[in-house]
Amino acid sequence: MSVFLDALRFVGDNPDLMWEKTVEHLALSGVSIGIALLVALPLGIGLGHLHRGSWIAISLANVGRALPSLALIAIGIAFLGIGFANVAVALVVLAVPPILTNAYVAVDEVDPDAVEAARGMGMGATQVIARVELPLALPLLFAGVRTAAVYVVATATLAGIAGGGGLGDIIVNQASYRLEGVIAAALWVSVLAFAVDAALGLLQRVLTPHGLRPRRPVAGSLPG
Amino acid sequence: MAEGPIIPEFERGSDCVRENRLFCADWARDHWDDMFAPALVEHVQLTLIAVGIGFAISFLCALAAYRLRALEPPIAAASAFFYTIPSLALFQLLVPITGLSLLTVEIALVSYTLLILFRNTLAGLRAAPPEVREAARGMGLTPWQSLVRVELPLALPAIVAGLRVATVSTIAIATVAAFLIPEGLGAPIFSGLREYFKTKILVAGGLAVALALLADALLLLLGRAVTPWSRSRRFA
Repeated sequence: MSVFLDALRFVGDNPDLMWEKTVEHLALSGVSIGIALLVALPLGIGLGHLHRGSWIAISLANVGRALPSLALIAIGIAFLGIGFANVAVALVVLAVPPILTNAYVAVDEVDPDAVEAARGMGMGATQVIARVELPLALPLLFAGVRTAAVYVVATATLAGIAGGGGLGDIIVNQASYRLEGVIAAALWVSVLAFAVDAALGLLQRVLTPHGLRPRRPVAGSLPG
Repeated sequence: MAEGPIIPEFERGSDCVRENRLFCADWARDHWDDMFAPALVEHVQLTLIAVGIGFAISFLCALAAYRLRALEPPIAAASAFFYTIPSLALFQLLVPITGLSLLTVEIALVSYTLLILFRNTLAGLRAAPPEVREAARGMGLTPWQSLVRVELPLALPAIVAGLRVATVSTIAIATVAAFLIPEGLGAPIFSGLREYFKTKILVAGGLAVALALLADALLLLLGRAVTPWSRSRRFA
């Protein structure tokens, strides 16, 4: 238990270090999740709307999920050298599959009667997506985004071995920061992951229209 | 932690190796037998042990939670907690307790499989429609017989899907294990990163990726083979 008290003391003794590494960590995670959203959301929603390409959406997700992140970062280092960009690329590759698959399944499984009714009311494709499919798809869609975000925040620690900065710098450097530093940074990463998940949950609640109760997320939608 | 000599062997490097080009096939071939093949075998062993033990634990926990609903929240919370600790950190957290050993690595690897395997097994068991369970009871099956003959077969797609996710993620996390002990494909990855020797990084990283994809495909086929009546896509 004393190790954990030491870890707490480490945070108290090094507020500047913790702050700096936290900002780096969140910047790296934020950029990666942002790019992944830009890539995966339009693709997933578009394919889901057209009810096409399930094979692509699902198998891309399976392949992406199977890729080992350390190996990806290592391969990235061989091509791109050490630094932020290489880790961000690897994190994007990890974040795209859960977002893409969930977005696809969420929009694809929207009640066809609701879509039919919207069309009957004279809505065009964009309106159907924005006003019917997206609100109904929101819970499942957000489940994917939240999964990806938690995964990216946790995996961004691997940046420590690849010069990407962030809290991983402390975790891989036990020689300098000792065990209490490692524990402090590790627990802090977990707290950050939970916090990001909670923040996205809040955002989801804000975005969900009244009268639409969230469904339970699909079992096994967690990343590998 | 470093394997082999600290000073790299320079004596018979080809031009490619000396210039550290992206990929040197000659070097990769020379070191297949003494470096990559053993690392690959170790990696498979690490993964099989972790998934086997993890599955045994999760399966029992899921059976317990299926019978006694009150057990689910604590087990789910405990396994979710392990899941959020960064692997790099969990390995180090365990070192003061179990040392720089295979045991440390396996404890960490097993703990990461628990959440997925527990959730999927439990979801699979609960997926049996109430009518089916009712029918089983009506035919005079005891709860135990109903579990073995009805709920478990119906849970198979979800269980195999869970095994698939758990296996590929264990292969991924096992590469990080080499941060502690030079075991598995992570060892050449880490030493390659330290030396910044591209061929070693690429071959070891590529093997890890190939192993993960191969395992994923094999378990997908297994899932289809054991459940000819359904596709496991829903739980994938």
